[in-house]
Amino acid sequence: MANKPKGSKKIPAKASKADMLKFYREMLLIRRFEEKAGQLYGMGKIAGFCHLYIGQEAVVTGMQACLKDGDQVITGYRDHGHMLACGLDPNGVMAELTGRIGGLSRGKGGSMHMFSKEKNFYGGHGIVGAQVPLGTGLAFANKYRGNDNVSLAYFGDGAANQGQVYEAFNMASLWKLPVIYVIENNMYAMGTSVERASAEVELYKRGISFEIEGEEVDGMDVLAVREAGEKAVKHARAGKGPYILEMKTYRYRGHSMSDPAKYRKREEVDDIRTHHDPIEGLKGQILELGHATEDDLKKIDNEIKAIVKEAADFSLESPEPDASELWTDVLIEETAG
Amino acid sequence: MSVDILMPALSPTMEEGTLSKWLKKEGDTVKSGDIIAEIETDKATMEVEAVDEGVISRIVVPEGTEGVKVNAIIAVLASDGEAVAKPEAKAEAAPARAEQAEAKKAVPQIERPETAAPEQPRAKVMADASIPEGTSFTETTVRDALRDAMAEEMRRDERVFVMGEEVAQYQGAYKVTRELLQEFGERRVIDTPITEHGFAGLGVGAAFAGLKPIVEFMTFNFAMQAIDHIINSAAKTLYMSGGQMGCPIVFRGPNGAASRVGAQHSQDYSAWYAQIPGLKVIAPYDAADAKGLLKAAIRDPNPVVFLEHELLYGQSFPVPDLDDFVLPIGKAAVKREGTDVTLVAHSRMVGFALQAAERLAAEGISAEVIDLRTLRPLDTDTVVESVKKTSRLVCCEEGWRFFGVGAEIAATVVAEAFDYLDAPPVRVHQKDVPLPYAANLEALSLPNADDIVAAAKKVCEGAF
Repeated sequence: MANKPKGSKKIPAKASKADMLKFYREMLLIRRFEEKAGQLYGMGKIAGFCHLYIGQEAVVTGMQACLKDGDQVITGYRDHGHMLACGLDPNGVMAELTGRIGGLSRGKGGSMHMFSKEKNFYGGHGIVGAQVPLGTGLAFANKYRGNDNVSLAYFGDGAANQGQVYEAFNMASLWKLPVIYVIENNMYAMGTSVERASAEVELYKRGISFEIEGEEVDGMDVLAVREAGEKAVKHARAGKGPYILEMKTYRYRGHSMSDPAKYRKREEVDDIRTHHDPIEGLKGQILELGHATEDDLKKIDNEIKAIVKEAADFSLESPEPDASELWTDVLIEETAG
Repeated sequence: MSVDILMPALSPTMEEGTLSKWLKKEGDTVKSGDIIAEIETDKATMEVEAVDEGVISRIVVPEGTEGVKVNAIIAVLASDGEAVAKPEAKAEAAPARAEQAEAKKAVPQIERPETAAPEQPRAKVMADASIPEGTSFTETTVRDALRDAMAEEMRRDERVFVMGEEVAQYQGAYKVTRELLQEFGERRVIDTPITEHGFAGLGVGAAFAGLKPIVEFMTFNFAMQAIDHIINSAAKTLYMSGGQMGCPIVFRGPNGAASRVGAQHSQDYSAWYAQIPGLKVIAPYDAADAKGLLKAAIRDPNPVVFLEHELLYGQSFPVPDLDDFVLPIGKAAVKREGTDVTLVAHSRMVGFALQAAERLAAEGISAEVIDLRTLRPLDTDTVVESVKKTSRLVCCEEGWRFFGVGAEIAATVVAEAFDYLDAPPVRVHQKDVPLPYAANLEALSLPNADDIVAAAKKVCEGAF
């Protein structure tokens, strides 16, 4: 398994107790939220496509820690974790999944289409790879305005084979746009492994012919992610142009809820869950360093459970959008001028 | 508190399945993520993972049970610390049990009364900008009118910039962006690589971030590479975001047949873009409309597709000498009044319709010529009012007939003014073939004034 995520016992010096506990909490929120989403899907309360982020929590949690106010985030359809990491209200995210008026898109977007201008979260895009030029455009806007903000464009190993990704790489490098391309390589594009789809499986090298620096990161280690993220963000913020981070990660669940995941062995999933889980890994470090006791962590677990339960309750209590919502938000109604 | 474990739906369409195997037994402790059972549907075998932690206190549906409905209780989980109830006798016929469980589901159910969709609100049609008495006019080419519109809006709003292939140093492949680089510099007039999909997406991203890009396609034929971003990213996002994420962008460039450039460089995309909710689509004919509507498009907070015509760029028309001449989007113009037949056209076909009207007048037929100017929102009121007067309709477009602009106009008129019609509407359009290169075949393929005259005579047959 050439592409296997690496385990890491290394503890970067900069990780404070507060950071580690914060990351633990954030990753756990994503995991419990996604488990609940899966459950609600099973109950028929969430419909359509629903792509869970379970297993990949360290990537967005670590990267988000590198950003400052005004930095923008954009991703594909596996987006629930990114929204939670951007600080969006779990109630609003869950209610969008159930298609209710309390959802972030008033029930009109669904799992793959959520946005928050306030939190600089630009979606939530259902077309594989589309977020890469869009995210490059966010960076263009930063450069046009002369601020020092950066944008993060997340995409998967599958999207990494889309032509528009390379069109965007070319312009980003040519114009030195402040964008960080975060490739979440979870080893499978739906059912097709990276080896079966990519002539060059080391995706961080995909920027070489555009003169974009790239590096491989253990995406199962939130501290390693943050360390690499800080370097990449510093590079882009300094006006040196784009940067590629290939996060070696893994999704525990199928591509979407209806994927039986027959293209991989249960042992492979079990091995990664047992030996490389991002949350268990961090938990071990926290306990080893004495930053918290099992009881302290259990308390966090319970707090997270309560937040997720509230989100689920809200998402089922919030009414469906009023029929009049059918016709709203197609265009911004405003007279020219 | 005990938690019911329900038969999960594993796909959007699953209604029931076979509980093929239990991987846990009563009394087993499970934690979130543990695989507890396997389910078979007609499509696949799937694993069921535990969501909550606890001890399985009772298995309600034994393994091997077929036809288990989604949401039926299949097992009961006792939460941590709770005394596990003694396993009861094995459940009897599981589906019956499941039905009972159905009745007392704890989850709030949505009441969904059968409501019909509310009626679509009609687009507001705004009055045309009035040109004050005594205004002077200057003969201007369509090319320069478009250029002036961009220059004026770029002076007015610092967020407006133009990008595309050859728009800057080359001064525009068709010179529509002539001298913009000199005035606004390379920050705001940006040459792109030949990468339509990429720069259209980049432009949309910049618009999401609040800039106001004008994305020039060297021709709309090349925008087919970018159409995903025009439709999926630009047009749909406002709706999908519940109104949060506007996309103030203009996609512009020449559309339709040029001259002897063959099928791949000659397509009319009017009907394609006009079909998409979330877009505005403009296709002007003369220079004044080109200027007034491009200024409006740049100011509009929505994505606008602005279809120009290469063969009109060099034609001159009077443009009012006003500091800020802006026309309303979504308003058709009656370019010539008449009483016997309504000729509806847009873009270059308006010129042919005007020529046809002139010739028809010589034969005693009074034709009214309507320039749609905007295709979405479509000003059907102006067309319907005209047909109520003339009782005859000819729809003219440069593109193909099938599912075209003329089809939409004709259907609307039939629906809204059927009783006024004295003849079935007739459509004038390009022949149903890829545009040929050979001069004679190209001429045979494209519609012109002769075709409009013939069509008008046909709908007027027997009337005079």
